[in-house]
Amino acid sequence: MKSVPFEYRAPATLEETLALLGKPGANVVPLAGGQSLLPLLALRQVRPATVLDLNRVPGLAGVEITDEVVRIGALTRLRALVESAPLRAALPVLPETAAQVANRQIRHRSTLGGSLCHADPTAQLPAVAVALEARLWLRSARAERSVLAQDFFAGARTTARRRNELLVRVEFPRTPGRHCRFEAVTRRGRAGFPLIGLCLAVSLAGSVVTDARLAASGIADRPRRLWEAERALTGRRLDGDLAEVLDAASAEADPSSDLHGSAEYRSHLLRTVIRRAAARLATEGSAP
Amino acid sequence: MTRAVSLVVNGRPYTAETEDRTPLCDVLRHRLRLTGTHVGCEQGVCGACTVLVDGEPVRSCLMLAVQADGCRIETVEGLATEGALAPMQQALMAEHGLQCGFCTPGVLMSLAYAERARLTAEETVSEVLAGHLCRCTGYVGIRRAIERHWKTEEAAG
Repeated sequence: MKSVPFEYRAPATLEETLALLGKPGANVVPLAGGQSLLPLLALRQVRPATVLDLNRVPGLAGVEITDEVVRIGALTRLRALVESAPLRAALPVLPETAAQVANRQIRHRSTLGGSLCHADPTAQLPAVAVALEARLWLRSARAERSVLAQDFFAGARTTARRRNELLVRVEFPRTPGRHCRFEAVTRRGRAGFPLIGLCLAVSLAGSVVTDARLAASGIADRPRRLWEAERALTGRRLDGDLAEVLDAASAEADPSSDLHGSAEYRSHLLRTVIRRAAARLATEGSAP
Repeated sequence: MTRAVSLVVNGRPYTAETEDRTPLCDVLRHRLRLTGTHVGCEQGVCGACTVLVDGEPVRSCLMLAVQADGCRIETVEGLATEGALAPMQQALMAEHGLQCGFCTPGVLMSLAYAERARLTAEETVSEVLAGHLCRCTGYVGIRRAIERHWKTEEAAG
């Protein structure tokens, strides 16, 4: 339960950070909040030569809101997402989802970028990023590129981030009139690890869905859009008969069994969270 | 790789040699001999090792000691004053909010944070206590202690 020995580096600039990350042959792992990385180090599932602490790099944290996008620095703590009043007004599903991750103690340190790069297939925020078509900006010493969330997640704890790249910020497009909801079922009360999570985003004409986005976590090796369920929901009332939507979602999901629940149970939970999210949006709504 | 870290723990300055890979909890316990902070799971699940770092509750197994260099740390040893238990500690005793006591140091530090952050008793129970595993009292006693203490504090204004 002790990490392999490594060298700790805590550069004070992004340039130095990217240079260290880009050193050929270097076995470097970036450290953001550490709430997922430190357990992996302790379990020796990650065995780096160098741990690169990002916490002294200026400019990596913060929330910026324009007419088109919500731009969030990768090092922004989940606590800051929960407490950001402008974010609550612009994209309330993000603080609402962040508030469901782990517990306050963890959220004090845990970061948005860390959660996305850790890419746990059951994690909450990756599913929201996929549903809302977030764009992830990756920077290396030489170049910057962006990847859509749905292309970023490549498998369990595997992403499109190259070894010399750092996730620096995430952009969520703003869609006026869209209502979003995140629903999850967790293992141990509200602070437990999630079994299933669902982000539902809809545009409505009255209570009829004109546009739907569904993405779920815990149903495959990565968060996934439920394209057929989206098609089935479009044109339907949120408070109407959702049987076709639920069947479409079940057919698209490919959960696995483990000691916390069988694949059948997870498929059942997926239907549950879709029904809950639709019912809550139908009755309570959410700000756009 | 080893280096020296400087910490102010419960108001007292310390300097300790540590390996880069060593978590804060191990430096507190093994170098500074402050064994009040308990180490349970070493992977961030149980919350027994919770301390305050610059006033915020942190699992000290999920922070490297080198990251805490220059920080102000508060541990369970800092709660009592001149041998007298702090009011929250007394409330835990009165309500049987501990049995084996292993998780108690971490629970107390989270409660110290909740008190200062002026969370309500309900928020403290549902959100802060959720960050701790207690396998003996089953939370009922801890919950009662929180409610008792918060009520006393309210009465005292």
